[in-house]
Amino acid sequence: MSASPDTSIEAPEPKARRRFSPRPAAAVPVLAVVLAFIVGSVLILVTSLATVGHIDLGLPLSAYLALLEGAGITTDPSAAVNGLVNTMVQAAPLVLGGLSVGVAFKAGLFNIGAQGQFLIGALASAGTGAAVASWPGPLAIAVAILAGCVAGAAWGFVPGALKALTGAHEVVTTIMLNTIAASVIGWLVTGPLLATGFSFDRTGDLGNATLPILFGTRNLHLGVLASVVAVPIVWFLLWRSTLGFEIRTTGANPSAARYAGMRPAFLIIFTMSLAGLLAGLAGSMEILGITHFMNASYGTSIGFDSITVALLGRAHPVGIVFAALLFGAMRAGAGLMQIKTGIPVEIVDVIQAIVLLFIAADVIVRRVFRIRSGGTGLAELQTVTKSYGEGAVR
Amino acid sequence: MADVTPALEMRGITKRYPGVLANDHISLDLRPGEIHALLGENGAGKSTLMNILYGLAVPDEGEILLDGTAVTIHGPSDAIARGISMVHQHFMLVPVLTVAENILLGEETMANPIFLDRKEAHRRIAELGKRFGFEIDPEAKVESLSVGWQQRVEILKALYRQARILVLDEPTAVLTPQETAEIFAVLRRLAAEGHSIIFISHKLYEVLEIADRITVLRRGKVVGTRLPAETDEDDLAELMVGREVQLTVDRGESHPAGPVLEVRGLRVNDDRGREAVRNVDLDVRAGEILGIAGVAGNGQDELVEALTGLRKPTAGKVTLDGQDVTGHRPRAMNEAGLRFVPGDRHRFGLVLPFPVDDNLVLTSYYRPPYAKGFVRDEEAIDEAARRAISEFDIRTPSEHVPVSTLSGGNQQKVIVAREFGGDLKLLVLDQPTRGLDVGSIEFIHRQAIARRDAGAAVLLVSAELDEVLELSDRIAIMYRGEIVAIRVGRTADKEEIGLLMATGQRDAPSAESEPVS
Repeated sequence: MSASPDTSIEAPEPKARRRFSPRPAAAVPVLAVVLAFIVGSVLILVTSLATVGHIDLGLPLSAYLALLEGAGITTDPSAAVNGLVNTMVQAAPLVLGGLSVGVAFKAGLFNIGAQGQFLIGALASAGTGAAVASWPGPLAIAVAILAGCVAGAAWGFVPGALKALTGAHEVVTTIMLNTIAASVIGWLVTGPLLATGFSFDRTGDLGNATLPILFGTRNLHLGVLASVVAVPIVWFLLWRSTLGFEIRTTGANPSAARYAGMRPAFLIIFTMSLAGLLAGLAGSMEILGITHFMNASYGTSIGFDSITVALLGRAHPVGIVFAALLFGAMRAGAGLMQIKTGIPVEIVDVIQAIVLLFIAADVIVRRVFRIRSGGTGLAELQTVTKSYGEGAVR
Repeated sequence: MADVTPALEMRGITKRYPGVLANDHISLDLRPGEIHALLGENGAGKSTLMNILYGLAVPDEGEILLDGTAVTIHGPSDAIARGISMVHQHFMLVPVLTVAENILLGEETMANPIFLDRKEAHRRIAELGKRFGFEIDPEAKVESLSVGWQQRVEILKALYRQARILVLDEPTAVLTPQETAEIFAVLRRLAAEGHSIIFISHKLYEVLEIADRITVLRRGKVVGTRLPAETDEDDLAELMVGREVQLTVDRGESHPAGPVLEVRGLRVNDDRGREAVRNVDLDVRAGEILGIAGVAGNGQDELVEALTGLRKPTAGKVTLDGQDVTGHRPRAMNEAGLRFVPGDRHRFGLVLPFPVDDNLVLTSYYRPPYAKGFVRDEEAIDEAARRAISEFDIRTPSEHVPVSTLSGGNQQKVIVAREFGGDLKLLVLDQPTRGLDVGSIEFIHRQAIARRDAGAAVLLVSAELDEVLELSDRIAIMYRGEIVAIRVGRTADKEEIGLLMATGQRDAPSAESEPVS
């Protein structure tokens, strides 16, 4: 007997109907963002004493408006193009990183290693790009991108294989690999990959491996296209291919996957490698399209931000695009906000962190906006919080 | 009788959940010393009613009277303080603790709030046991007790808390006939001492045997109250379901052909590496149902897992339709013609968050017509799902709702629709009707017989001895990993099989016993 009222076999299924009133899956994420901006405005008010010297009740609004303007939501056409391009460039690596973490979520895996996979992909593309700098353009670019993808995939393969064969938890191993990736960069960039003739430790010029700018002098590089292309491919893989069905089944119920004749061990290794590839591609695009070299102390938080993006996007490719665009826009607009209102750009990081907080503690959002729990429970969060004690997957 | 103040009276209890009237003006009274059975299908409102009694749910209307006084029950601890105790279907015992420790667990009325008075507790437990005719060692570890004795510990726990009203939720679900008889003796003794008992079950003959009165619920309403003397199983079943139910499946003579599944010298280890299946030989022939009877935990799970590819045997040989499939993976088994209804449908049989249609193709998603190469054919999947839904009468608003929103019976129908269809040679049914209501059980039993008659070999494993007896053409009794005897289904003696299940020993070699093939 179950505690909830069940229906007998003859009755129509009022319970089923009631539960299936499809609440938009986006409700919690969207409201989490709204709530984060509200909390953010309180912070702006409180800190305005220190930043602008007095409390100005209109400040949060003007700050957010400046943020929007900087992100390209403005009537001035040239500023709009500039802002939107900036938003897209900022969003592009977050899309790939979000897909990396999101695909892993679908297989029931928590890929904290997007950061390390991103870094190692970036390093591989920087090193390879410098080595093939004099090759014909398209070939040089292809080889440099491929190197980044392979390196990232390898950085995902290792924790995947460890998980599948020995049961080592991917959260532990990917965190370790993040640290290893940073150390490998420090070593290779000051050693084997060190370029001569610069005032600091860095890799060589990319030459022909540099990604072309798509139009004009703006920084809309070819790599942004990779993100645009990756979204439908990942969507198709997950939702329209048999392999994606196997990945999702393994994530939702590994025992049922085994019962159904799927191979969870292979699927875990495959998914982690794919996740690594996507994050590595993001790193590759950042190097080949924007920074054009890697230095020994290369720092970024894109890999970690990707986790927030994946959670906010409910691990769905389309949701991830929206989440990445939101964070991209915040990064693109933060500069103008600081110039216009004196609010430091770091408020953007704070708001992003609050979004993550509200997503993780979704009970708060449900309480505030009186959303009944149930159908829309965030499965990704269970992946984050659960820890397998089962050992190796057979 | 009417002049006796009932120990418990529930008057006009109504409880609405959004969209569902779970309890519709239910009135129920329980006299001192009475065993009152509560019958009803899943979803009839028994749980809701008991949750209200236990203070876990607040009724929208109605009142609860204890010894004639209206009371409000604020929660389980309040219920316990008022002498109401629940014995749950799934034991709430900690296996590594002793009997006494389990009984003391959560006991908050001790004189000394810091230290346990073990000696006094042991004395009281032993005394209670003696009084009700089951002497138990308070220092025995619960994990070393049989299920029947664990059930007694649960009852003891209630008595230790001075319960006057006991609610037993399907207490016999996991017991052998002998253990059931023993528990019934305990219950009668309790009643004789003035305890009042609400007995929830859906085993009709048990209810007829133990209850003083029987109240039947259907769709949140009381549809009838009967005295055992003036009713029978058919009458009760009809009351429960609301239509005539065939309790015993019409099954014709089986016409078995050659063996489809041949098992020789099979040995399988459990998760801890101990041998759980010991040298099992078994044949299942085309057109017969072979039932495996046994107390849960005697190696049936490991046997089924080894036969279906989920677990690798350590020794022996498994042949399916002439093909050696020993240690093959589930996919290979499936393609060799094995279909499998797993015992734990939520763990193995279904992906609960996935829609009904995905669950219907869970084992065939990769082959035509559901996939062309690596690409799923959504239309073919939808169409097959709609066909299965109508053919197997799966009650669901559409093929796209998550299977978790279906009732237990309909969830099992999804599995049955998936596994019973198509070209199959061997059907392995593990606890196929566990937790289902009478209507669903009837449906699944009919389908199993139909597959048998169509020439499939059927291996049935069930903890419900009645189910094994009712469906099986031959019955293999499993005890501590071995098949200790095989009996012909039609002539099998329930008492003897119960004894074999409990002890592995037969009284005397029976003339009917077949050699283990």
